[in-house]
Amino acid sequence: MPLSEQEMGKSPMRMRDKLVLRVVSMAFIPFILLFALYVQFHGDYGPGGGFQAGVIFAAGVILHGLIFGLRSAERVIPPKVVEIMSALGLLLYVGTGLLCVALGGRFLEYGVLDHHDPVHGQHYGIILVEAGVGIAVASVMLCIYYAVAGRGRR
Amino acid sequence: MIEPLLFVLLLALAVAILKLKDLFAIAMLSGAFSLVSAGLFTLMDAVDVAFTEAAVGAGFTTVLFLGTLAVTANTERQQPFRLGPLLVVLVVGAVLIWAGLDAPLYGDPTAPVHTHLGAEFIGRAPSEIDMPNIVTAVLASYRGYDTMGETAVIFTAGVGVMLLLGGRKGRDLDEEDQD
Repeated sequence: MPLSEQEMGKSPMRMRDKLVLRVVSMAFIPFILLFALYVQFHGDYGPGGGFQAGVIFAAGVILHGLIFGLRSAERVIPPKVVEIMSALGLLLYVGTGLLCVALGGRFLEYGVLDHHDPVHGQHYGIILVEAGVGIAVASVMLCIYYAVAGRGRR
Repeated sequence: MIEPLLFVLLLALAVAILKLKDLFAIAMLSGAFSLVSAGLFTLMDAVDVAFTEAAVGAGFTTVLFLGTLAVTANTERQQPFRLGPLLVVLVVGAVLIWAGLDAPLYGDPTAPVHTHLGAEFIGRAPSEIDMPNIVTAVLASYRGYDTMGETAVIFTAGVGVMLLLGGRKGRDLDEEDQD
């Protein structure tokens, strides 16, 4: 059968012993994570934003899981952390909206976040909600990956 | 120039996916399908969509397919030929093509999407939000409620998967037999 356990990274020894895969993925993963951060923070200027950045970040961790084993990926980012972070991401988004209300604006009216210049307030608001989206998306993607890849282990 | 080639490639991949019985090959080809789609989106200047399609469609979904295959079957079961589903597919496909004929042409500047809100966003964003990427300004500010809803949907999907597949709790029991 073409698909066996090591292709999901469940028996780490065999995938990890493939030198080319190990070296290439180790060279790539830092750049994938860095690119995710670039897409996140450069979303105001170029293509991208929270959703794309979150997915790319999760892809980097999943690549680590595929090569070095699910267990190893779970040590890098524990399942408990992604569960909490997925909720925190959404809360950061909603919290930004409520902060605008607290400062006298309407829900998600970022202009009030800076009392000198509403345009700056817009920038702060967008950076905050994009961060919320990025955190939520990356965490949920990893959550689903952990759940599906860990399924055959029981 | 290269678009027709990519569309032919998409069609060929779709036919191959239909014909194949080996689910591992199908999972890989559907990843390739997404990658070709991402190329098409890039050619249409929808780089944000291309990003998402490449990362989710070609990467993440393929991994999920492989994970599912690891715990289920590797080959598709032979299904007897049934007329009903075929008719439904043909009718829905015909309706979609018929509806597509009414859509404005690609890049048509007089299309409704460019003459109402789109034009207003482009006109207002430089002074109100002052961000070079108007897509981000629209998604995060003018359409902030929608994006919040999307984030909530993604969160709900994660919660659903955790509830259905058991998540962490069930796996802690066999912690010792790994590594």
